[in-house]
Amino acid sequence: MTPRMPTRKTSPWRLAAFAAPVVLALLIVPAVFSPYQTQLLTYGLVFAIAALGFNLLLGYTGLLSFGHSAYFGLGAYTAAFMVRYLGVQSMELYILGGLIVTVLVSAVFGYICVRHTRIFFAILTLALSQVLWTLAYKFFWVTGGTDGIRIPFASLTLAAGLIDFTGRAVYQKFISFYYYYVLAFFLFSTAAMWVIVHSPFGKALQAIRDNEIRAEFLGVRVRRYRWLAFLVSGTFTGLAGTLWVPLNGLVTPDIVYWPFSGEIVFMSVLGGFRNFTGPIVGAVAFNFLKTYAIASTEYWQMALGIVLVVLVLALPAGLVGALRRGIARLRRKEEGAAPELRDDEQGAAQ
Amino acid sequence: MTLLRTVNLRKYFGDTHAVDNVNFTVAEGEFLSLVGSNGAGKTTLVNLISAFLHPDAGQILLDEKDITFSSVNDRVKSGIARSFQLVNLFDDLSAFDNVALAIFSREGKTQNLLALADHDSDVTLEADDLLHQFGLHDKQSITAGGLAQGERKLLDVAVAYALRPRLLFLDEPTSGVSTRDKLQIMDTISSVVRSGNVTAVVIEHDMDVVFKYSDRIVAMHEGTIFADGTPEEIRKNEEVATKLLGTARPG
Amino acid sequence: MEIFIIQVLNSIFYASILFLIAAGLSLIYGVMQIINMAHGSLYALGAFVTAWVIGKAVALGSVALLFLLLPAGALAVAAAGLVIEPLLLRPLYKRPEEYQLLVTFGLLLIIEDVIRFLFGGTPLSADPLIDAMGSIPVMTLIYPAYNLLVIAIGILAVILLWAFIYRTKFGVMLRATSQDRRMASALGLNVKKVYIQAFAIGCFMAGLGGAIVVPSQAAVLGMGIDALILAFVVVVIGGLGSLEGALVGALLVSFVRTAGIQFFPEVELAALYIIAAVVLLIRPTGIFGKA
Repeated sequence: MTPRMPTRKTSPWRLAAFAAPVVLALLIVPAVFSPYQTQLLTYGLVFAIAALGFNLLLGYTGLLSFGHSAYFGLGAYTAAFMVRYLGVQSMELYILGGLIVTVLVSAVFGYICVRHTRIFFAILTLALSQVLWTLAYKFFWVTGGTDGIRIPFASLTLAAGLIDFTGRAVYQKFISFYYYYVLAFFLFSTAAMWVIVHSPFGKALQAIRDNEIRAEFLGVRVRRYRWLAFLVSGTFTGLAGTLWVPLNGLVTPDIVYWPFSGEIVFMSVLGGFRNFTGPIVGAVAFNFLKTYAIASTEYWQMALGIVLVVLVLALPAGLVGALRRGIARLRRKEEGAAPELRDDEQGAAQ
Repeated sequence: MTLLRTVNLRKYFGDTHAVDNVNFTVAEGEFLSLVGSNGAGKTTLVNLISAFLHPDAGQILLDEKDITFSSVNDRVKSGIARSFQLVNLFDDLSAFDNVALAIFSREGKTQNLLALADHDSDVTLEADDLLHQFGLHDKQSITAGGLAQGERKLLDVAVAYALRPRLLFLDEPTSGVSTRDKLQIMDTISSVVRSGNVTAVVIEHDMDVVFKYSDRIVAMHEGTIFADGTPEEIRKNEEVATKLLGTARPG
Repeated sequence: MEIFIIQVLNSIFYASILFLIAAGLSLIYGVMQIINMAHGSLYALGAFVTAWVIGKAVALGSVALLFLLLPAGALAVAAAGLVIEPLLLRPLYKRPEEYQLLVTFGLLLIIEDVIRFLFGGTPLSADPLIDAMGSIPVMTLIYPAYNLLVIAIGILAVILLWAFIYRTKFGVMLRATSQDRRMASALGLNVKKVYIQAFAIGCFMAGLGGAIVVPSQAAVLGMGIDALILAFVVVVIGGLGSLEGALVGALLVSFVRTAGIQFFPEVELAALYIIAAVVLLIRPTGIFGKA
């Protein structure tokens, strides 16, 4: 049989072409927008990394975790402990520490959780994250309890000590520099996750999501791969937690408490968890939405709740999904083709 | 050369003797049809051999090695693959990805996190080729869930075949397909399987299909094998006619 | 010794409340296969409504009236349930269960703020009721007689619920629908009606839990979020969808919690979550649950 050339290939270069304008726009943000808005976007990028990690489990492996606040919190508290107990000032060391802790705990928690799926998986992740929360809450002499641990940015160093924040007008400097710092990690995380979901491993995860029995009968070790996905997922979210610390300046048990896990889920659903870029768009959008809601009304929780309900009922594919559908519909009108599928019947996460 | 044989294999579901002391053999390279009325035990037998179920008693020997209680994963690795009665695909992945996944798994490449799947030319070329062989090449970008029923059945077989198994079990590969398409589908399956020198066991109800494509026919009834022979022998076997069709078959 | 008795009474008191919440959650899950993330918030709503109503009615002077108004919270929440089910849940039955989790999580956010909007941020209590019933002596200590009323209500709830589910025609319909929705529908059961009624009953129970706890414990913001997690632990241990499970789970959780608070206050909560995790590992359907 003469082999024939494969007809499609994901080209990273084509993708880069699409991403370039977005990256460019992101690069000029501190120059164009106020420090407040820059900081807001920094938060958004941090949450985007968390949501990217989370969605590896939901969108690509079909597992809904309601306990991702645990890994975010671990990343954050590791940095906080390193400040309080070890006097460490280097951001890189915080990240390293956070990654190590998160990998270890995700490995253990993941091993426990992937023995189940669907509702029991979700509840198990919730229960385990609550264990961590009670530790953060109750052992207040270690964790600072509800007062938390403060991490002032003034004592922080970036880039292995090359950048510090002593002297005058440090706040502006911090906002700008830290934005680029987070942006770098964001771009790197996005690229890494993109490769992961388009790798043979990523395909195997999607197969497990679609049909775990068939996957098993193709020789894919379903439980082991779910565990690996859990590990990667928790690690990304843990990284986000560590990056969040200097921004927020204060680490309290609130970021381990289960409603925050709900927010992470919310972000992915808002953007659309069946799309690669969905969680990113969702996280940034959610952050803006929440900030705006808090500023506008005392009842911002209700506002968010209504958005979530409307989202689930009317726009299950999220913002990105709806956008893609809209584009596809426009294209179809031009070509005069058959009516399309419903939102939740749409094709795979790309 | 016997590739696989079962020794007094038994599986009971309460009072139902789904598989009752079955001694089933498959010789290397043959294209065998497993026939029988509904509830005869054909699918249960395949479930036992593919490790979907564990037997209550008896043995399964592959190349004379006991694999009776090995896991699904081990059995796939030893070369046993199967398709399912109700089409069982990865509906949100493209047809191409469905087949490619089987190849990645076979090659042990599914643990690669940091390489792009589409850039593995060995795998993509082979997937491409297989899709051509099964007549699905122009549908390769369509999600499995979006294909027509006949195409889904073919894809189901293609995915199992992509594992390049030594022994391939196909559970009713033409069921739910229109009569006109049935023969076309069986043509494709049969020619690909034979050209690949894969030993195949096909569960099939349509006797026209069975007689046309099989080297050997094994007939089951109420959990036991009651007839085993070439199409000519089976055609003359009145017991087969009675048990399968309910009436004596003319000629 | 008397401390022991009081702790036992406290545990049973707390278990009564937990049972009401958890049984409601379990009922909703058992019949509709929905995990109602807003269930704790409904409990909180029941507490606030009752506290508020009683607070307003105190001026009328009649203690008996106050007692009659106690179930106000339960009725209000049940009414809310009658609105919530057709509006928010019915559109999602055909969708994967993850969407239901999300919608009820959204509902949780909404209800928390509805409570804040209606009743403000300060805790509301219904002290008159507890004062009205006085205290009973337990050896050298005293114990609020009201708590015994709550225990009595809890026991009554167990009996009534059991009778309702296993001895009435509606109970049969509930059980049939929970076992096989399509089959029940094919047999002519009005599944929609069963669903909305089951949901309303589940809500009623959560609201009742809130209503009867509020004289003892003031209604505070955030009580729903904390209660939901505990209710989850109860149904995980006892088995989702099981009445006996909710009872056993509530008692277990309650006693562990009381013992924990007494002897190991730091790990009391953690212990509960760990127990839940262990149960999920060993016997995921819980002690009495069905797969």
